[in-house]
Amino acid sequence: MAQTVFAPWDDPQAKPLIQFRNVTKRFGDFTAIENLTQDIYEREFFSLLGPSGCGKTTLMRMLAGFENVTEGQILIAGQDMANVPPNKRAVNMMFQSYALFPHLSVWENIAFGLKREGKPKAEIDARVDEMLRLTRLVKFAKRKPHQISGGQRQRVALARSLAKAPKLLLLDEPLGALDKKLRQDTQFELMDIQEKTGTTFVIVTHDQEEAMTVSSRVAVMDEGRIIQVATPAQIYEAPNCVYVADFIGDVNIIDGVATADGDGYRIAWAEGQESFFAKTANSFSAGQRCHIAIRPEKVAISAERPDDMANAVEGQIIDIAYLGNISTYHVKLTNGQMIKAQAANTRRLSRRTFTWEDRVWLSWTDTAAVILES
Amino acid sequence: MRRFSWFNATSLTLGFAFLYLPMIILIIYSFNESRLVTVWAGFSTKWYGTLLQNESFLDAAWVTVQVAVASSTIATILGTMGAYVLVRGGRFMGRTVFSGMIYAPLVMPEVITGLSLLLLFIGIGLDRGIFTIVLAHTTFSMCFVSVVVSSRLVSFDKSLEEAALDLGCTPFDAFRLVTLPIIAPAVISGWLLAFTLSLDDLVIASFTAGPSATTLPIRIFSAVRLGVSPEINALSTIMIAIVTIGVITASIITKRNSLAQQRDEQAAARTA
Repeated sequence: MAQTVFAPWDDPQAKPLIQFRNVTKRFGDFTAIENLTQDIYEREFFSLLGPSGCGKTTLMRMLAGFENVTEGQILIAGQDMANVPPNKRAVNMMFQSYALFPHLSVWENIAFGLKREGKPKAEIDARVDEMLRLTRLVKFAKRKPHQISGGQRQRVALARSLAKAPKLLLLDEPLGALDKKLRQDTQFELMDIQEKTGTTFVIVTHDQEEAMTVSSRVAVMDEGRIIQVATPAQIYEAPNCVYVADFIGDVNIIDGVATADGDGYRIAWAEGQESFFAKTANSFSAGQRCHIAIRPEKVAISAERPDDMANAVEGQIIDIAYLGNISTYHVKLTNGQMIKAQAANTRRLSRRTFTWEDRVWLSWTDTAAVILES
Repeated sequence: MRRFSWFNATSLTLGFAFLYLPMIILIIYSFNESRLVTVWAGFSTKWYGTLLQNESFLDAAWVTVQVAVASSTIATILGTMGAYVLVRGGRFMGRTVFSGMIYAPLVMPEVITGLSLLLLFIGIGLDRGIFTIVLAHTTFSMCFVSVVVSSRLVSFDKSLEEAALDLGCTPFDAFRLVTLPIIAPAVISGWLLAFTLSLDDLVIASFTAGPSATTLPIRIFSAVRLGVSPEINALSTIMIAIVTIGVITASIITKRNSLAQQRDEQAAARTA
């Protein structure tokens, strides 16, 4: 059964819900966001990913109305948001600290926004009950925030920000305070709720795994700019620069010089070594400096040189990181370059083939690596 | 349990004796039969009886309570507003000067505060009485309230207010419905501090009080100048009793609240 792929960003007819138009934000001399233009569509789960200080939180706070735009425009549903205070926006935010009102019960916290709208009591009751059921908090309705656990608090914060049925929900590091196991469960819960309610989610995170799991698209940010926006798979498989390749997951970077060869490029990377070959859609001029980026799990490790691989190189195992399901081998090539290769541990540890100081062959196919400009 | 060394015992005895001996002597002599303050002539409560007959003391006590309630209430409102602006107002022109100025009265000698207020009241032709004492007490206790409230506001998670705005509150509603209930304990202790300061202020009150209104400290002070009477001992004992009961009640309430909170948190940890 063919399912229609959710990709409004590829549809020229689709109207974006949020439009950043040449947005710049300065704090004194410091430029937090620089000339940023980006569309976000309805029902998207859009992640802003980047190291701390890259401007992702500022971007979100501008959407919520807590920060003004220095230059440019932000439009939500076609309306310019300049001079619209936070309490007049159809946008709700889930705070990193959850910001639950400590003097109010769980029920009153969720009802808080609805009461401000002056809705009739019966309607508020019904909506709060619906939210409590959605977030599985019915049992805790009468408790105060300090009487429930961290995971439950996180769900109260989510219920409270969803209660007013906003067009857009902003989530600021929503799972930062949870431990790893709970975080993974909650990620799926978030996706589920996003689907059920049909709300557009914009999430800020520095956790790349989280961004990959939940998002329809990920925006990788650095120093106030969006470096790349794409689906998680595209970001991982086809990063557009070394920064993105390095930020998302683990990667080997090999510097070299490109020469066109058929539908790909040969890359000379070290004196006296056989050059590597990789296919790419990008074009390079002859002799241009470039980087080969290759993921450790795409590098195969073997005792003998394989015949069927486009690229093969010999080295020595320096270190092995055993992670249970997989092992990462740190292999030193003859020119001193370190390459990481991952292999699944399908056999028991005692029967493992390679050990420290072994000489091994690393190999990968002609499509496994990505060539990036310097 | 660690044994109590003689050194610790001595320090404790000396310290407490230093603090409380004068008061204990005062309390004992308030039950003295004799008219002479320093000669013990048997137990009696008669001075408490005569005190209740003494119109001038009762009037002064009533004035003091009125002044204290009015001035501490106004000081709490103004002090809270001041603290809120200083902590939350962000960087505005002259913020540093303003915050320095709000704390200056803390270190200003009371005589100077009193004198300057007196000159002001004379200058604008305001008749001295309850109203002027209230104004004067508000002036100096407001900065104490502001210190107490701003120390609470500094540790207050600002995202709570942002959450309130985000959920549709106007800034005033956010303050009324979220900030104020959470900082209420600090506001209340600010009020109590202002109340106590006003109750026992002598210097500023003597500058700003008029013939129509005398506060209890002024009344006691002028009475003592004519010689200490057992009546004053009795009055002081009553005041000590009121303060003691107040302090003990406040600490019991605080202790109970913190115990209840601890229990709740443990319960939450168990269900987690």
